[in-house]
Amino acid sequence: MMASSYNAKEEDGNPSSATVHGGAGTVKNKKPDNTAFKQQRLPAWQPILTAGTVLPAFFVIGLIFIPIGIGLFVTSNNIKEFEACLYSVYSKYSFSSLSTLQIDYTGVDLSSPCFNCSQNYIWNSTTPCTCSVPFSLDQPFESNVFMYYGLSNFYQNHRRYVKSRDDSQLNGDLSSLKNPSKECEPYRTSENKPIAPCGAIANSLFNDTLDLYYIDPNGSRTAIPLVKKGIAWWTDKHVKFRNPAGNNLTVVFQGTSKPVNWRKPVYELDPSDSDNNGFINEDFIVWMRTAALPTFRKLYRIIQKKPNNMSPTLPRGQYILDVTYNYPVRSFEGRKRMILSTISWMGGKNPFLGIAYITVGSVCFFLGIVLLIIHHKYGNRNNNADIPN
Amino acid sequence: MNFSTIRNFITRWCAGEENWVDTRTVYIGHKEPPSGSEAYIPQKYPDNRIVSSKYTFWNFVPKNLFEQFRRVANFYFLIIFLVQLIIDTPTSPITSGLPLFFVITVTAIKQGYEDWLRHKADNAINQCPVNVVEGGEVVRKQSRKLRVGDVVLMKEDETFPCDLILLSTSREEGTCFVTTASLDGESSHKTYYAVQDTKAFTTEEDFDTLLASIECEQPQPDLYNVFGFCFRPLGSENLLLRGATLKNTQHIYAVAIYTGMETKMALNYQSKSQKRSAITVLIRPHPSSVSPLLSVLYLCILISKALINTVLKYVWQADPDRDEPFYNQKTDTERQRHILIRAFTDFLAFMVLFNYIIPVSMYVTVEMQKFLGSYFIMWDDEMFDEELGERAQVNTSDLNEELGQVEYVFTDKTGTLTENNMEFIECCVDGHVYVPQAICNGQVLPGAMSMDMIDSSPGPGGKVRQNAMSCVTCSLGLACQETEELFFRALCLCHTVQVKEEETVDGIKMGLHQGKSTSFYISSSPDEVALVEGMKRSFFSVSVESRFELLEVLTFDSVRRRMSVIVRSSGGELYLFCKGADSSIFPRVISGKVAQVKARVEHNAVEGLRTLCVAYRKLSVDQYEETCHLLNSAKLALQDRDKKLSEAYDLIEKDFILLGATAVEDRLQDKAADTIESLHKAGMKVWVLTGDKMETAAATCYASKLFRRSTQILELTTKRTEEQSLHEVLFDLSRTVQEDSSQGNYKEIFLEICRNCSAVLCCRMAPLQKAQVLIKASPEHPITLAIGDGANDVSMILEAHVGIGIMGKEGRQAARNSDYAIPKFKHLKKMLLVHGHYYYIRISELVQYFFYKNVAFIFPQFLYQFFCGFSQQPLYDTAYLTLYNISFTSLPILLFSLIEQHINMDILKKDPSLYRDIAKNSLLRWPIFIYWTFLGVFDAVVFFFGAYFLFYNTTFTSNGQMFGNWTFGTLVFTVLVFTVTLKLALDTHYWTWINHFVIWGSLLFFVIFSLLWGGIIWPFLNYQRMYYVFMQMLSSGPAWLSIILLIVTSLLPDVVKKVVSRALWPTTTERIQVSERAHTHTHCLSHIRSGPLSVPCAGFPLNPDLSLLTFSPRHSSFLLPNNCLKVKMFFKV
Repeated sequence: MMASSYNAKEEDGNPSSATVHGGAGTVKNKKPDNTAFKQQRLPAWQPILTAGTVLPAFFVIGLIFIPIGIGLFVTSNNIKEFEACLYSVYSKYSFSSLSTLQIDYTGVDLSSPCFNCSQNYIWNSTTPCTCSVPFSLDQPFESNVFMYYGLSNFYQNHRRYVKSRDDSQLNGDLSSLKNPSKECEPYRTSENKPIAPCGAIANSLFNDTLDLYYIDPNGSRTAIPLVKKGIAWWTDKHVKFRNPAGNNLTVVFQGTSKPVNWRKPVYELDPSDSDNNGFINEDFIVWMRTAALPTFRKLYRIIQKKPNNMSPTLPRGQYILDVTYNYPVRSFEGRKRMILSTISWMGGKNPFLGIAYITVGSVCFFLGIVLLIIHHKYGNRNNNADIPN
Repeated sequence: MNFSTIRNFITRWCAGEENWVDTRTVYIGHKEPPSGSEAYIPQKYPDNRIVSSKYTFWNFVPKNLFEQFRRVANFYFLIIFLVQLIIDTPTSPITSGLPLFFVITVTAIKQGYEDWLRHKADNAINQCPVNVVEGGEVVRKQSRKLRVGDVVLMKEDETFPCDLILLSTSREEGTCFVTTASLDGESSHKTYYAVQDTKAFTTEEDFDTLLASIECEQPQPDLYNVFGFCFRPLGSENLLLRGATLKNTQHIYAVAIYTGMETKMALNYQSKSQKRSAITVLIRPHPSSVSPLLSVLYLCILISKALINTVLKYVWQADPDRDEPFYNQKTDTERQRHILIRAFTDFLAFMVLFNYIIPVSMYVTVEMQKFLGSYFIMWDDEMFDEELGERAQVNTSDLNEELGQVEYVFTDKTGTLTENNMEFIECCVDGHVYVPQAICNGQVLPGAMSMDMIDSSPGPGGKVRQNAMSCVTCSLGLACQETEELFFRALCLCHTVQVKEEETVDGIKMGLHQGKSTSFYISSSPDEVALVEGMKRSFFSVSVESRFELLEVLTFDSVRRRMSVIVRSSGGELYLFCKGADSSIFPRVISGKVAQVKARVEHNAVEGLRTLCVAYRKLSVDQYEETCHLLNSAKLALQDRDKKLSEAYDLIEKDFILLGATAVEDRLQDKAADTIESLHKAGMKVWVLTGDKMETAAATCYASKLFRRSTQILELTTKRTEEQSLHEVLFDLSRTVQEDSSQGNYKEIFLEICRNCSAVLCCRMAPLQKAQVLIKASPEHPITLAIGDGANDVSMILEAHVGIGIMGKEGRQAARNSDYAIPKFKHLKKMLLVHGHYYYIRISELVQYFFYKNVAFIFPQFLYQFFCGFSQQPLYDTAYLTLYNISFTSLPILLFSLIEQHINMDILKKDPSLYRDIAKNSLLRWPIFIYWTFLGVFDAVVFFFGAYFLFYNTTFTSNGQMFGNWTFGTLVFTVLVFTVTLKLALDTHYWTWINHFVIWGSLLFFVIFSLLWGGIIWPFLNYQRMYYVFMQMLSSGPAWLSIILLIVTSLLPDVVKKVVSRALWPTTTERIQVSERAHTHTHCLSHIRSGPLSVPCAGFPLNPDLSLLTFSPRHSSFLLPNNCLKVKMFFKV
């Protein structure tokens, strides 16, 4: 009551006093503009988070998230991913339900086929060490199979490592080719020649060769065709990474030195495909995208489903993984794995997202019920308190 | 060069130094005595150049940089930048260097431009021509070439170029008129007097023959104090200050005594600005002082984080294969570095990586918020006063939020609670009461208020104008008895009012409302104007005929609280008329009808009228001679002049014969009672500090509802019996507290009682006492607010945390010295209840939100260190690190903190009890900060581990390709930006189009920026790590799903907390929000007034409407019975 009379007085008072006093010039100058913004009276939506308003949102979130979570979980479970550790017993590799294949071929155990190779800590041994890891598939991989190599305890995200590259060199800049960035130290020059590609990342390029053979029931080995196109991002392959201008890569890279740990120069990385040489070699590009965590996997090859026949990409049966063991990881207690996985729309096998969705959805639903109770019990009380008459 | 000259120079220089503390001797026209005649040391004075500019061309860059780096934010950035430059840090120096450079450059350009303008203004002033008398001729000189001792010829409307002693004027009586509008804002014309002995010098030639010197103090900033000798004492009435303007006088001759930077204006300007900043920095306990404290805490967190990481790094690296695996070798220089140096650089690098946890950008944002926010106060239409044509002013914008934290309000009475628009009500001569007819028109309000004598500012003394001191003739046919005639004569003679003929004065206008608008009475004390006006209107008219000669003026001062004049009538009789407060007159009265007058005075005082007593004394010639002697010797004194003068006055003003008393009414200001009531309901304790009589002040307090009839009143006076009661209370208390209570304990207990009272009235306060009460009353740093309108309130205003000046009729000194100036007292209500409340809410959210968003920003980086071998690898890209606080999340919170309104403005005004919800800094308490920090950490954990499990040893693209570490960071960052912005959106209660625009706009900006940043190979960058990272991430379905999931998860706890606490333990604010929302469609808001807290005190009889209400238990502390105590303090002066 008081307030309303207050306002009324003010409104009545203003015009009269304005007319009485003649000094309108000064009054007008100082009088504030009566705009909604300046008077802080802009029209506004004034939402309040009460149990009543939030309740439906919680139920809706719960009802949406739980199905999404179930869907994700099921999808993830349908993904076939073969995962195995070589230093445990072989027979365990024949998975029936869990269709992932992950083979650790580091060769830590004496019993492991790659044990001998793993003892070799030297990079540049001229005689490549090879080992063969047999495994069996109890269930066929029906669709495209993606072959990964995985490294553990490998800190690709170490700061010194991450920055040790020269992106303009990799983009084909000629001056950077001859004079790489200082960030590449100590992998910048060798024998007074600039290293191309310079830096720690390039220098430590993963150089194991993995080959997959299907053992026919009759005992003959069939090489499974591994496609190396499309393992790197399209934009990386075509924009970010470029060879220096010139027809002949050998000429272009003249005057540069190969990275210390490499066996062959960058322009000879892939003898089979001339478009896959130099900086635009896809294996190289994949390696150059530094992983976020010390345990990571990188796409190695794709086993494509044969377009014409209905037979599975990888049928049931015995397989052999042939490893050319070059990459030493034992020194830092690393692990090397080979992973076979199918891919769905949500990527590889990852139950986390599904479980998380289910959990959050259920929590929301549960909270919704709790809030409903609270709202029912206390909401009325509050309203009563507010409106005493 | 030989030694002796140097030594000479040194000794002279030293002598000059010694002289500095002494007085200075100024030789008029530079006619120094021959050097042999007496010990004469030539003194060095500065030239008359005024330098208001800060920089010169040469020192601009270093000085400006120094000034800028004194600011915390800039300095912090500079340190980070230098660390980044020196050592190998995870982020490039550009991340902090670029913003720093930008800010510094823009500020430097702005300040340089301002300084250039100042240079121009200085030049204009320094080069403006001045007429100087040299060798009997007028020479035009540039102002800056003026020297001490120059005789200057000033014409009308010219502004004085330096501090001058007036030698002679074109007016016969040797006076001139001056306005000091540019110095103290008072535009009234003040009278200055020429030195008696040089009054006759009227031509340039005369001054050539003048041989004289002036001895005066070295310059000091006090505007109203100057003492000096010529041949006779000089006072401030002879000193023309630089910056004042000559008015109504054709020309004057004056001699320069202070020049250049030594002028009072220049000194005052400097010392004042320094004082302000000192107060702001040292004394004020800021509500946001939590934020510096918090910054220190966060600095500790930052350092400990960096330390932990450094230690862990070296523990982890103990294995050389981890430190330097074959694939990641160090350079030789790195290897050879000493381990301690390496550890230290690592520590610094971690500091740089985590430095964003200290929200340096917060300081910039808070400053901007305060600066921009203060405009809303100035723009407020409701705080505009049509009558004065004034709106609220903001002098210091960094106190906006303290307006919402006020616990004690110290208010002046006259001009603040009352209008200070005096109206002559009655006079009492010898016990007979005379009432002018003019006021019998029913305008007098019951319980109307009064004014106090102390409030009349004792401006530059001696402003009595001769022709206003005019004869008194009886016009109404009253019997001209002797006492009556003397009484009215005294009223007409004993004042400092002057007549102003023109109308173009735009400051204090005392227009005569009936008819004669051409003549105004101007005085620094409005009650004198009221008296003179009342005299003129009702009883006498002022005629020009001069029958009295004014001999001496014993000017008013607030200690004596009286003024006197000595006049010689045409008959040759000498009179001393005295006018003053009753308490200062009655003890000095020897005859007259004391009892009747006293009774009338007390009656009037209870009515709330302001009373003055008039007395006179006849002086014999001998007595007059003695008086003159006393006064002159006192005026001659260089030291303790004030003291000696007051002693002299004390001797002269005695043995009075009482003539009578006057009563002047001062009405209560519009809605003063409503405002006081609101402040009470808002939980503020109102103290009225006045110089007025207790009865008058108490009447005002009752009228303004500060006291109610039902209020239990404790009085502490020296005379009255009520003293007993308080004394007993004190004694009881002291016995309970301490057996042997000394005097000091009484003081403490007394103050303790006062602090528990909801209202306190202190009477008879001198200006300085007001400030002392304020300091004493608030030792535990509650926020105090002082509001006043006159020069006598300035000390109080400066002392309080928030000083508010009312643009009243007693000049603009209070308004100029205050933090905020408002036209009327009623505007205080909106200022505190609405603006204060809003700004407190806004700033607290701003501060907390900044800490929250930076914790959420940096904590994932901290977690990431555990997964990257403690190598200081940043999680986010450089651009994201730089722009996070600058552009992605800056505007929403800034705009939020400018326009958030959690409750409608009208409701805040209607229900002052809402102010208690935010009292005692309740929104910036530690639990709340811990909650926000916890929220930040929780969100950070959700972001990081959400992304971690998504990335852990798997892929989430549909083509099997892998993502790298930058995608990881970008995912976390995207979730972060969205969460942090949406969190603010959830906190926003007032969604204007601006909020929508800024919140959705900045999210959109983030997306567009990310697309652009990753969409191009940037030619100027030496890395392309972000190329297509954002797009690739968005092309993956699980990334979208996880972004949504993580945002929902991190917002969930806050929403639940809000909803549950609102449902279970709602604050008043929240209830009102709900009910406001529930009832907006019916426009039924009136019930809100009767919220549970609108009963200010349980001791009041409960209003039947209110008694139905339930009391919220958390506010029960407000219901302590001792809240009802009201204490009157009587300070004996």
